[in-house]
Amino acid sequence: MEIRTKYHEVIEVEQKDILHFQNGIPGFIEEKSFILLKLDAESPFYILQSTETAELGFVIVNPFQFFKTYEFVLSDNEKAQLKLESEQDVAVYTILNVKDPFEHSTANLQAPIVLNTKNNEAKQIILNDPRYQTKQRLFSEKAVK
Amino acid sequence: MLVLTRKINESIQIGDNIEITVLSVQGDQIKLGIKAPKDIEVHRKEVYVSIQETNNEAASILPNILDILKNTSKNLK
Repeated sequence: MEIRTKYHEVIEVEQKDILHFQNGIPGFIEEKSFILLKLDAESPFYILQSTETAELGFVIVNPFQFFKTYEFVLSDNEKAQLKLESEQDVAVYTILNVKDPFEHSTANLQAPIVLNTKNNEAKQIILNDPRYQTKQRLFSEKAVK
Repeated sequence: MLVLTRKINESIQIGDNIEITVLSVQGDQIKLGIKAPKDIEVHRKEVYVSIQETNNEAASILPNILDILKNTSKNLK
């Protein structure tokens, strides 16, 4: 099927590539269907693009690229919702709030996106861990001039 | 908004399968116990709102974002 996108104009997507957010995501609970678009071959960034709303696209990245010690535990409820059977099937992304210059960008580590790569069920989960905030700087203040 | 008065260990039943119990009251802090089905998510309101706000902000980012990211991708290599 063809979808209109925020950054990639009109593209052709296959049904099997669509990610299902059963409950939408906070702030966008009607948006249940997204697709993951790589920015370009060499980039670590993806656009999480709604298949319904062209204007809705998030910049996401593998959090471990920037936060080597990031960790959390999925609850049984969350595993059940994603029908997760094996740790091997999990992919984790974090939504970025991109700023200009990029060094001031933040990541939402408190609410990672967890994807079951086996069935494409996905969910933005909410962590209760004081180490992780909704706007965590990608780079420490010191590193940014 | 429906307003009910409850004492410690008294509950409120919402629908068939959600139960909220007042466990303790200490000063202005109230401890609640919540029983709900697995597919009902329970969050502290201010936490949920901050996730909503952050998502909204992330969804309305700069128009020149692709250029910023492309330059960054180069630098990350």
